[in-house]
Amino acid sequence: MKPKLNASNAVAALMCAALILLPVYSAATGNIFILTLFTRIVIFALAAASLNLIMGYGGMMSFGHAAYLGIGGYAVGILAAEGIGSGFIQWPVALVVSALFALLIGSLSLRTRGVYFIMITLAFAQMAYYVASALSRYGGDDGLTVYKRSDFAGLINLSDRTQFYYLCLGCLFGGLYLIWRIVNSRFGLVVQGVRSNEQRMQAIGFHANRYRLVCFVISGTICGLAGALLANNTDFVSPAVMYWTRSGDLMVMVILGGMGSLFGPVIGAIVYLLLEELLSQFTEFSGLILGPVLLLIVLFARGGIMGLLGRMSRG
Amino acid sequence: MYLVVEQLLNGLQFGLLLFLLAAGLTLVFGIMDFVNLAHGSLYMMGAYFAATFVAKTDSFVLGTLLALGATLLLGIVLEYVALRHLYGRDHLDQVLATFGLILFFNDAVRLIWGPAGLALPLPAWLTVPVQIIPGVYYPAYRLTIIVVALAVAAMLYLVVMRTRVGMLIRAGASNREMIGALGINIKLLFTLVFGLGAALAGLAGLMQAPILTVQIGMGENILILAFVIIVIGGIGSIRGAFMAALFVGIIDTMGRAFLPDLLRKVLSGAAASTAAPALSSMLIYLLMAIILVLRPEGLFPAAKR
Repeated sequence: MKPKLNASNAVAALMCAALILLPVYSAATGNIFILTLFTRIVIFALAAASLNLIMGYGGMMSFGHAAYLGIGGYAVGILAAEGIGSGFIQWPVALVVSALFALLIGSLSLRTRGVYFIMITLAFAQMAYYVASALSRYGGDDGLTVYKRSDFAGLINLSDRTQFYYLCLGCLFGGLYLIWRIVNSRFGLVVQGVRSNEQRMQAIGFHANRYRLVCFVISGTICGLAGALLANNTDFVSPAVMYWTRSGDLMVMVILGGMGSLFGPVIGAIVYLLLEELLSQFTEFSGLILGPVLLLIVLFARGGIMGLLGRMSRG
Repeated sequence: MYLVVEQLLNGLQFGLLLFLLAAGLTLVFGIMDFVNLAHGSLYMMGAYFAATFVAKTDSFVLGTLLALGATLLLGIVLEYVALRHLYGRDHLDQVLATFGLILFFNDAVRLIWGPAGLALPLPAWLTVPVQIIPGVYYPAYRLTIIVVALAVAAMLYLVVMRTRVGMLIRAGASNREMIGALGINIKLLFTLVFGLGAALAGLAGLMQAPILTVQIGMGENILILAFVIIVIGGIGSIRGAFMAALFVGIIDTMGRAFLPDLLRKVLSGAAASTAAPALSSMLIYLLMAIILVLRPEGLFPAAKR
């Protein structure tokens, strides 16, 4: 696949360049705020990209994706609270636990389709939310403060803003590369085939659900990584990270940016979180504007921002 | 024993309230194939309208009736201005658009009524305890909720099963295009059904208001419960929604009331006090997951299209 020069690819390339150069701008102007804001945005972009893998390419509308953010975060937070500060232990645990959770709920949820799938994934995420709320040893409802960020034995210092930003950005680009490779592999083509016509894929001899399940687990694992990053970024993890409105936010980012396009969720995360931030500086009632904007985007810009760009470049 | 009776009644009352919310949701879902996350916002608006109108008119009955009308009107306006353009679109588009509406309504309420919650005080005649069986007293207001909700459920049943409009609603649920082709004004029917759903959500909200505080975000938790109910009951089925709502209401209430004691018998004290709140909050979701794994289309799936 040779990338073509068109509006959407140009925007994606510009965006990547801007993200890479952002710390330079921040250092030059002394604007620390923009760096912390974009660290958050990059982390959510990774989570949204992982959701896009199952939603956009796999046709699995998960309404419980924020659960992995919480699981990854709690893996880091709980291990840190128990005195295990090494990132070499914390992060693999975060990934493995997210993968296992995805395997468990995926194998149960994938028996259903459509709206029922949306609701059952939501149900599992809500269960995770209530379990976290009941962990009284680890803060319960109030959440858990992570006093020390993951320690990578001097390899990288997570408390340094710039280094942490580049780590997050590296994870995002790594995640996007992985998703790109998956989508264009034989495995990815089967998953997309199942999205378009499950019966036909079954008839040619593919076990549709096995492919779906593997895809679901990969997506959950990537999102677990985003959760580990998020806990390090906020130095805090609480059940609120897993609440269903958070899953809704992730869905909004994916749809806003453009479902089923590689860079769509990244653009969606940037636009959604920037809009939220900008509006909150003007008014404390940001929802009064953000809500109708979402409605208008759905009504008049189908396929999200990437879809809009695609239509523009086709003329 | 008295405690069990009381908790059963509480469960029944909660279940009936959930039914009012779920009935509108399942009608809109079944007939328009429309996922409305903003249904919880209509519930919240019902409660806020009631708190306002009751305070303005100084009459509980008049105030709640006005609030009911206001929610009905709001639902119709909402449908007419925005939501009717989303029928026939992808479910995801609908989720996104109505998620936007939740953000809008939450901040609109914060702007108009302020961030603090409101209270809706009950008139004196509704606060007296009533003796239902010898030795068992039950709050009159909760009994009123049960009676009103049962009456509304019966009325809904009669309207849907025995009237011409109801016939059209059922026809719409089984085949939208066909009743449009037969010359029925389907747009008007959809607006009507949406307004009815909104009024039912508003009624649930305003009846719940005196028991809980009226606050921002009150619709979000209960919306998810309503979705659980329509999924358990089978989407588009009012009968299914009724059964599932009672089921969920009673199990949720009984679980919260008795699970901690039961667990304490099995587990150690500390473990039980950690597990009990989580388990009783999760019970409903656990139930839904089990039902969906065993019956992927709910307990009472509506007739196939």
